[in-house]
Amino acid sequence: MSFGALDAWWWPYVFILAAGWLATDSWRFLGVYLGGKMSEDSDILVFVRCVATALVAAVIANLVVFPGGALAGSPLALRIGAAAIGFAAYLAAGKRMIVGIVSAEAVLLAGLYLL
Amino acid sequence: MSENGSARPVQAKQPPSETRLTWYLRGVRRCFSVPGLVLVSAFIGFAGLAREAGLTLEQSVFMTGIVWALPAQVVLVGAVLAGNSLPAAAFAVALSSVRLAPMVVALMPEMRAEKTRPWVLYLLSHFVAVTSWVLAMESFRHVPRDMRTAYYAGLGSTLVLGNMCVVALVFLLASRLPPPLAAALFFLTPIYFLTSLWGSARERAGHVAMVLGLLSGPVFHLLVPGFDLLAAGVVAGGLSYGWHRLRKRRDPGGTMRNDRERAE
Repeated sequence: MSFGALDAWWWPYVFILAAGWLATDSWRFLGVYLGGKMSEDSDILVFVRCVATALVAAVIANLVVFPGGALAGSPLALRIGAAAIGFAAYLAAGKRMIVGIVSAEAVLLAGLYLL
Repeated sequence: MSENGSARPVQAKQPPSETRLTWYLRGVRRCFSVPGLVLVSAFIGFAGLAREAGLTLEQSVFMTGIVWALPAQVVLVGAVLAGNSLPAAAFAVALSSVRLAPMVVALMPEMRAEKTRPWVLYLLSHFVAVTSWVLAMESFRHVPRDMRTAYYAGLGSTLVLGNMCVVALVFLLASRLPPPLAAALFFLTPIYFLTSLWGSARERAGHVAMVLGLLSGPVFHLLVPGFDLLAAGVVAGGLSYGWHRLRKRRDPGGTMRNDRERAE
């Protein structure tokens, strides 16, 4: 049963509730319940953070390498280049996100208008 | 960051004029800051992504309010784009959101006062996501303990409602954007996470996980379409955790711990 499986107005909302709300707020409620029982440095939480980080990193790499819509027509090298330059600018500016975001967007837009 | 709860200065008695409303409004004001602005740019990007994926305005605004965790929302939209089934999508979203539990665990002792009712904490925990968490952990030391729930309610609710409006606005305006600007909008999501993931890593293994995840995402997308996110998360996450264990074994003194501070 995918997001587009049923042609009913309520189906996407059920999908978002089950795959979105339940899958996130369960963790938050568990966090309240556990209170101070877990140490943030415990090894199981390191594993949990590693998996979560890798999963989100995989999503963003796929968005850059296989984008849809308006980005789909742009050259792959431009997208990877813009992301790499933005990330380098972020590090060079002492980890200021706003610098990384603005640099990456500037490179992307310059490339889109010039190419 | 989690162990400074006992080192707080003694709370000053607040003047009687400072009510819960005062502190609620101070929480509201805290949103108007650089982290708040960066979050708005990220939700502008999310709205562009959701729109390209074929979600409606109502669905995207609903998702923003009810899920309120940008990585989870991006994973959910990714699963919608890939045509994943509901259980596969829910599993991927749950995997991407496990980190919410330790964040809430870390925040609760800071927020709870003697008379705080549990349902208030359960309700407020819905607002926990990276930005509100960082802002709260920074600001709580300046907030009297029994005013912290009011402060966090102002902070969290403003971020959620404000960004629901941002998503709606982007949907209304995006159809009029020229194609290069629409492309730039779509590009906001990856670049936001590229920087915020790096900055929020608690240990070196987080950086390893990020680099391996970036490389394995497209590879698994081609090898095992439909299960690419799960495969990348488990394989790249598992490898980086293995690297963490190896490093710890060679360095039992623990000098590697806290080798990174959260970027602020």
